[in-house]
Amino acid sequence: MNQPVLRVSDLNKSFTMHLQSGKEISVLNGLEFEVHGGECVVLDGSSGAGKSTILKMVFGNYLATSGHIELHARGFNIDIANADPRTILAARRNVMGYVSQFLRCVPRVSALDVVAEPLIERGTEYVEATSRAAELLSRLGIPERLWSLPPATFSGGEQQRVNIARGFIVDLPLLLLDEPTASLDSKNSRVVIDLIAEKIERGTAILGIFHDPEVREIVADRLIPVEDYVALERVQ
Amino acid sequence: MPILEVSNLGHRYGDRYGCREVTFDLWPGEVLAIVGESGSGKSTLLKTISQRLNPTEGTVRYWATDGTPLDLSSQTEGEIRRLWRTEWGFVHQNSEDGLRMRVSAGGNVGEPLMANGLRHYGKIREKALEWLERVEIPSSRVDDPPTSFSGGMRQRLQIARNLVVSPRLVFMDEPTSGLDVSVQARLLDLIRSLVSDLGLAVIIVTHDLAVARMISHRTLVMKDGRVIESGLTDRVLDDPQAPYTQLLVSSILQG
Repeated sequence: MNQPVLRVSDLNKSFTMHLQSGKEISVLNGLEFEVHGGECVVLDGSSGAGKSTILKMVFGNYLATSGHIELHARGFNIDIANADPRTILAARRNVMGYVSQFLRCVPRVSALDVVAEPLIERGTEYVEATSRAAELLSRLGIPERLWSLPPATFSGGEQQRVNIARGFIVDLPLLLLDEPTASLDSKNSRVVIDLIAEKIERGTAILGIFHDPEVREIVADRLIPVEDYVALERVQ
Repeated sequence: MPILEVSNLGHRYGDRYGCREVTFDLWPGEVLAIVGESGSGKSTLLKTISQRLNPTEGTVRYWATDGTPLDLSSQTEGEIRRLWRTEWGFVHQNSEDGLRMRVSAGGNVGEPLMANGLRHYGKIREKALEWLERVEIPSSRVDDPPTSFSGGMRQRLQIARNLVVSPRLVFMDEPTSGLDVSVQARLLDLIRSLVSDLGLAVIIVTHDLAVARMISHRTLVMKDGRVIESGLTDRVLDDPQAPYTQLLVSSILQG
């Protein structure tokens, strides 16, 4: 098989709680997996097992305590676990996208511009970018009268769909999804499932967390049993 | 190529160091936040980098427009003044320090252009009006002095006065503190979009972690004059490693 887009090996994560007299909480131990282009790999495990922590480490948002998170795509051959901030930012721009459960709202920016922004930042013309944004927002059932308003005033479900549109608008080799269908009704979940399938068809590697068993069943090519890597000792 | 390279920089007040052993580099288009509580040395560091205070130790190298690296402490005063006039900006916490309070808004924005040799009154006024519009000050206020402006408008005017000459590097010292929260958000949003449109390199000092999160790529955390943690802004704030950073982050009110 080709080189994977993402290869995680011997990855460990612990948190040192300095405000609680330096208590060390070991979360993950010896984590290992690969994600290739055109497959959707799902992190499986009960809540609190460390699934979101894994996505955050891959994105460079959490620091890996030790081990490797290699990215191989678009000329990047880097280890996020040891990369400097500038390299991680370049990888976020060119290699990986991350869709969290919550939209970080920027005041005064309209929903349409929030969604179009990732394209504009990467050089797409405004008109083209907003027309792609409009297409995604309508697919995700956000009524047109809301497009010109800042999403801060939207309901939780609407914000999540704006966030999904923003996360899916750019084609990047690796997409990290943290419960993108949580709090969506079945019709909108269906749209997200379709969007995922379209990405996979275009060769995107997807690593995701899906709480809903039906959605997981449809999208997952493979499951990673995160609990196999949960650190057994929580050391004092 | 970086625009600025700071190595082992320190400034001493008498026998006490205001900042010490600071090393980082800054590239065009990057926004770097320096965070810490008052007294942590962040403003001293900003002043030392920008040559408003003399470095006691270490160096600051600046790559000028033509690509030559300049060791800033060995430049003449005249050369540093030229850099301030043409390539650098400084946005002060108190607008009184960065504006001419008795001169009209248009004059405040036009003055740096005149200092750079522009003489045509009509062109200066046109450019001033264009910048007032960019910072969302109504053109009807062009002849009013900043004394008649609100705090948020004054800060926007200060930004226009700084950016009108197309600087490459802008220093900002707590530009949003002292403003109402809603005014602050609007100003930050404006700074964010101008910085990305113009590809500026920015060093911003703030005690407010939310400000760092909203506009900076990287963050340095300072305590007792030293950098105790640095990295990607979201990493520093979401997974802080140093005891002091954990304390700072845990003290934020969740909104």
